[in-house]
Amino acid sequence: MMTIKSFRMLLVVGTILGSGTAALAEDVTLTIESWRNDDLPAWQEKIIPAFEKQNPDIKVVFAPAAPTEYNAALNAKLAAGSAGDLITCRPFDASLELYKKGYLTAVDDLKGMDNFSDVAKAAWQTDDGKTTFCVPMASVIHGFIYNKDAFDKLGLTPPKTEAEFFQMLDKIKADGTYVPMAMGTHDQWEAATMGYQNIGPNYWKGEEGRKALIDGKQKLTDEDWVKPFEELAKWKPYLGDGFEAQTYPDSQNLFTLGRAAIYPAGSWEISVFERQADFKMGAFPPPVPNEGDQCYISDQPDHALGMNAKTKHPEAARKFLEWVASKEFAELYGNALPGFFPLTSEKIDLKDPLAKEFLSWRQTCKSTIRSTYQFLSRGTPNLENETWTASADVINGTETPQQAAEKLQKGLDSWYKPGQYK
Amino acid sequence: MKAKAAARPIRWHVAVFLAPAVIIYTVIMIVPLISTLQESFFQVKDGHTVFVGLANFRALFFDPRWSADFWNALLNNFWFFLVVMCVQNPIGILLAALLSSPKLRFRAFYRTAIFIPTILSFVIVGFVWKLILSPLWGVAPYLLSLVGLKSLFAPWLGDAHYALVTLGLITVWQFVGIPMMLIYAALLNIPDEVLEAAECDGVVGMAQFWKIKLPLVLPTIGVISILTFVGNFNAFDLIYVSQGALAGPNKATDILGTFLYRTFFGFQLQLGDPNMGATIASIMFLIILAGVCLYLFGIQSRMRRYQF
Repeated sequence: MMTIKSFRMLLVVGTILGSGTAALAEDVTLTIESWRNDDLPAWQEKIIPAFEKQNPDIKVVFAPAAPTEYNAALNAKLAAGSAGDLITCRPFDASLELYKKGYLTAVDDLKGMDNFSDVAKAAWQTDDGKTTFCVPMASVIHGFIYNKDAFDKLGLTPPKTEAEFFQMLDKIKADGTYVPMAMGTHDQWEAATMGYQNIGPNYWKGEEGRKALIDGKQKLTDEDWVKPFEELAKWKPYLGDGFEAQTYPDSQNLFTLGRAAIYPAGSWEISVFERQADFKMGAFPPPVPNEGDQCYISDQPDHALGMNAKTKHPEAARKFLEWVASKEFAELYGNALPGFFPLTSEKIDLKDPLAKEFLSWRQTCKSTIRSTYQFLSRGTPNLENETWTASADVINGTETPQQAAEKLQKGLDSWYKPGQYK
Repeated sequence: MKAKAAARPIRWHVAVFLAPAVIIYTVIMIVPLISTLQESFFQVKDGHTVFVGLANFRALFFDPRWSADFWNALLNNFWFFLVVMCVQNPIGILLAALLSSPKLRFRAFYRTAIFIPTILSFVIVGFVWKLILSPLWGVAPYLLSLVGLKSLFAPWLGDAHYALVTLGLITVWQFVGIPMMLIYAALLNIPDEVLEAAECDGVVGMAQFWKIKLPLVLPTIGVISILTFVGNFNAFDLIYVSQGALAGPNKATDILGTFLYRTFFGFQLQLGDPNMGATIASIMFLIILAGVCLYLFGIQSRMRRYQF
């Protein structure tokens, strides 16, 4: 089935590239470049038909590549002039680079761009924030997914504060049926992404702290930034046996097999978990330090759609992008791919209960993005990579929170001058 | 006239026969090698490629932003080589000696069984060993618990002290077949007359191995050592597959190959830097070149050879 589909796609692409002028007279076909090959069925069965119904003269082809090859393949295609009309944008520097090279066009004047907040657009803007070059499509939210059956059995309720969180972990550990938390440090990014960036915003106060760090008003050695590491260090006793060698797929399996009670998560896990787990699941946002504190969540922009500057069909491409910016698309997309949340400010109706739970946090908590993504990972040493290592070290207990913070700040100081990208 | 006829004609056929190999080797090996070396003298500044002399090398050695990772990778690489060298080759010699023992039965079976991992792909080896050693589903903790040694089990691949040694031993497991085969062949090549003469002189058993056989296979051991050296300083695959490009925990398994990969191609948010990458590749080339030269001129030329 897949081969036939991809063969057809090849034929379609081949026809467009081959015929050139002949295609003008007939229907316009738009090709979308993407790394989301998992989403191919959703695009082909739900999203594209909805658009084609309204625009019978435009055909759309979704042509994804393998995620690890996407950046390299896209760059080569853009350079050769054979890339698709619409391009799925990675957040921050990778796409900014494409815009700077003139491969992407500005999309500020599109209808519907004012549906997006500044935080939503930040990942696809020039450094001065004046030009946006991709239409935001989806973000992923961090939190904790828990095994509802296990919680019912042990009589637990989702915690609100840090103290409640650890009390709950103690209870699960004392009972002994479940591993309290499914997370490993072997792959390192779990510790940084599902750990540090998940619970951190509550301490550094989301955007406020992130911006202050970029402006040099705060340092990674400040209490607000060391605190998340201190909390992480406390996680160690609640992770499974030999978590130091536990990989990301190990953690996923540990949870979906029902052996662990809590999974520090990103919302992209939702569809995978719902397919594999045969127990009920719930979710709670990262617990706040003290009762009544404002809560913050990491609402990380993940992908957007931009227009190839050299497309032969700019009008059709713009039409599609305007549709992507609409509420209709957001609802369609959010429901077809639970766990990827539309970035639009309009109210969206999601059907998946777990996804709905994640999305509801946007009402009460303030959204922020991962602290290392904007500007701070442009130099050497790379702050994002260093944070992976540091977070894993802190949980393993091979480095104290203070040492980790000092190392990160020292690395950052060696190349970053606050305000250099403004 | 006569003198002219005596001059040897240009032997075109030599050039013609050499040409295919020389051309292919030049195109796919020498040209890329030279352009890599060339890349390492340049750096992109404000969108332009400019010549910077040895600045990249200076940064790699002395600039703390690069040097910490570089020296760490270099030291790890030497340690990795040492582990493989000191474990793989003695075991290889031992296995070869056992295989060449006339009393051994099922020789072909052992030989094949020990050699088979060598032909497996790194990806499979890395994945299988990760599973075997997994604290969650691995067979290693279970096997240890069968003999009451469960307490000895540790998440080795996740522990900065053991991870590199563990990977070294996995490499040994995979490649011990090669020294075994080469030394086995060398041992079989020793003529019976030499051994008989030794026996007449009363040199038997272990003494015969140490005094007669081992000196005779020394050139082979030399070749194996240099192969191990080149292989280890080019290593990348196993570590990438089992530990990822960041070579955790805490870069404890980072060797020059993984460091080069991260720098050249970029990783996660880190954008690739082809020039610094080329600099690291050049250093790797120079290290291997130095090692091979040391072997060729320092050891091989002094080695005694025996004619039978």
